Amino acid sequence: MPQGDYIELHRKRYGYRHDHFDRKRKKEAREVHKQSAFAQKVLGIKGKMFAKKRYAEKALMKKTLAMHEESSTRRKVDDNVHEGAVPAYLLDRETTTRAKVLSNTIKQKRKEKAGKWEVPLPKVRPVAEDEMFRVIRSGKRKTKQWKRMVTKVTFVGPGFTRKPPKYERFIRPSGLRFTKAHVTHPELKCTFNLEIIGIKKNPNGPMYTSLGVVTKGTIIEVNVSELGLVTPAGKVVWGKYAQVTNNPENDGCINAVLLV
Amino acid sequence: MEAEEQKEMSNNVMCLLADPEGTPLGAPMYFPQSAGPVQLQQIVNTLLKNEEKLPYAFYISDQELVVQLGSYLQKNKVSVEKVLRIVYQPQAIFRIRPVNRCSSTISGHTEAVLSVAFSPDGRQLASGSGDTTVRLWDLNTQTPMYTCTGHKNWVLCIAWSPDGKYLASGSKAGELQCWDPQTGKPLGNPLNGHKKWITGISWEPVHLKAPCRRFVSSSKDGDARIWDISLRKCVICLTGHTLAVTCVKWGGDGVIYTSSQDCTIKVWETSQGKLIRELKGHGHWVNSLALSTEYVLRTGAFDHTRKQYSSPEEMKEVALKRYNKMKGNAPERLVSGSDDFTMFLWEPAISKHPKARLTGHQQLVNHVYFSPDGQWVASASFDKSVKLWNGTTGKFVAAFRGHVGPVYQISWSADSRLLLSGSKDSTLKVWDIRTHKLKQDLPGHADEVFAVDWSPDGEKVASGGKDRVLKLWMN
Repeated sequence: MPQGDYIELHRKRYGYRHDHFDRKRKKEAREVHKQSAFAQKVLGIKGKMFAKKRYAEKALMKKTLAMHEESSTRRKVDDNVHEGAVPAYLLDRETTTRAKVLSNTIKQKRKEKAGKWEVPLPKVRPVAEDEMFRVIRSGKRKTKQWKRMVTKVTFVGPGFTRKPPKYERFIRPSGLRFTKAHVTHPELKCTFNLEIIGIKKNPNGPMYTSLGVVTKGTIIEVNVSELGLVTPAGKVVWGKYAQVTNNPENDGCINAVLLV
Repeated sequence: MEAEEQKEMSNNVMCLLADPEGTPLGAPMYFPQSAGPVQLQQIVNTLLKNEEKLPYAFYISDQELVVQLGSYLQKNKVSVEKVLRIVYQPQAIFRIRPVNRCSSTISGHTEAVLSVAFSPDGRQLASGSGDTTVRLWDLNTQTPMYTCTGHKNWVLCIAWSPDGKYLASGSKAGELQCWDPQTGKPLGNPLNGHKKWITGISWEPVHLKAPCRRFVSSSKDGDARIWDISLRKCVICLTGHTLAVTCVKWGGDGVIYTSSQDCTIKVWETSQGKLIRELKGHGHWVNSLALSTEYVLRTGAFDHTRKQYSSPEEMKEVALKRYNKMKGNAPERLVSGSDDFTMFLWEPAISKHPKARLTGHQQLVNHVYFSPDGQWVASASFDKSVKLWNGTTGKFVAAFRGHVGPVYQISWSADSRLLLSGSKDSTLKVWDIRTHKLKQDLPGHADEVFAVDWSPDGEKVASGGKDRVLKLWMN
């Protein structure tokens, strides 16, 4: 039987000591004085740590007090006319993140035809080939140097099957493969974790585009069907373009901004 | 000779004609198998002694009969030995053409359009918006006519009096206002009383009282109030709901139905405001109510002939005649759509228990609407579908799928042959009731469609939404 359990057993059998609650009350009352004495005496790193802890406790206490006070005070009824009017049948419903219908899908198509994009990151740092690829030596004597390993993040489509290693010139490491991206909608100011459909363009060259390399500034196509965007004709938009804004190979995730 | 007679006999089928309520028309009789809907129509017209020949549609076990009896029997392998029960349904003698083009896009509102309503005679159009104004539109030139300012907050609902002389509107601030549609001027000061926003307005039917004086409004604060526009005050306050009242309807028998978020529907008597009945059954908020006579109550004395009436007495008489004709012998039916994804069909005059439960939606039911002839019920749901139900029995008939967003509002054409739905996916769709198919897709809005209305004369459709424009559609 552990030591602390004996007192519990004793209490269960005989009840508390006659002055137990009195002592407890007194001890608690003494506690603040003790703490204060300690706070005045303590020095060095211990003192700093203790002060920080006390500060956090006090701030929390003040916050809770203010919170309770607020409920008793009367506030003025907010009767201003707000934007974003909704009919009576939607007033009581929680508004989920409502994506604005982007009537510029036509604009997007036109841009696509012209091949020109006004993108959030117009210029990107060129990535040299020796940074992008690492040479893999092969052969019995490791003399052959025709294999390359991609050192950047790649997107590999779901239907991809590897070639036999003998013919595989480019290796895309599975640890650097990504299927999802954190995409921010610039107008709604909210971020969604969306599936990547494909790589539209890598600014460093068409070869990287076809390899599916994702670097900063790459245009990717993402699946936005869960955002509920609709075209003017009432069809659901499911693919939209986004530009990668971070260095995925350094960060371990793909952040992108939706092009609208 | 005898064999031939035998053959002739076997080619006949024993049929029983019955009306939608189930009362048989005469005794069962033999019809030749070559008889089709046209012949049946003649028979029904003669049996009912109709002076004016009316069109009828025929249903065998809830399926419309479009071919000859013989081929129907063969196709569906129905035994000829049993009595075939054929239900006949009178059809509208006029036909409304489906709308298929946007005739004009009128901007004017500076915020989302939250409600649109045609006047009962279909000659005027009003809309309420989030920019705190009510606007009246000129339908001939399709331009704005009057801008009625006076509300303090979003105008959530508007309603025309059934004689077309007044327009009532309710706002988010809880005040109601009456307008004169001829001049666009407010009638008196705003009517205050509700503490929260207005969720619905319904006028007293014109066949009970002409000229129109009273209307009832429901509010988020849990009350419904009856207002008198000549006294300009609240006459009766109907309290009893514990949560917000979501919908209110003034029935043709002079009772008021209110639905509430406290899962109940209450029936009130209108002279003293006493509670008559409480209809319980829903498991979640009740969102919408529809009466089988709603369309007649809304249009009052006006019908497709576009006759105008000079005196209120005349109007009252005609409205009463129309109402009785629509109602027939059956009591008024009520349908309620709810957040528990189901609907109930009630006959509040007879019992407090539901007649049928209409299940099938996979999301909440936002709007229910009886067809003008009371034969169908349509329901709009957030599961992106519109469903059609039999108005007398509550049986499921068809589902209209095609929208890609929640369906907000629906509206019937006056001849009950077409149904219009407006959705969050920014389109309107017209559905054919006979074929259960999409008749017309009407894209054009740039954003969600909040309100749709089909004018009672069938010429136009108006829709408004979040893109702040009012669109008029024509054929």
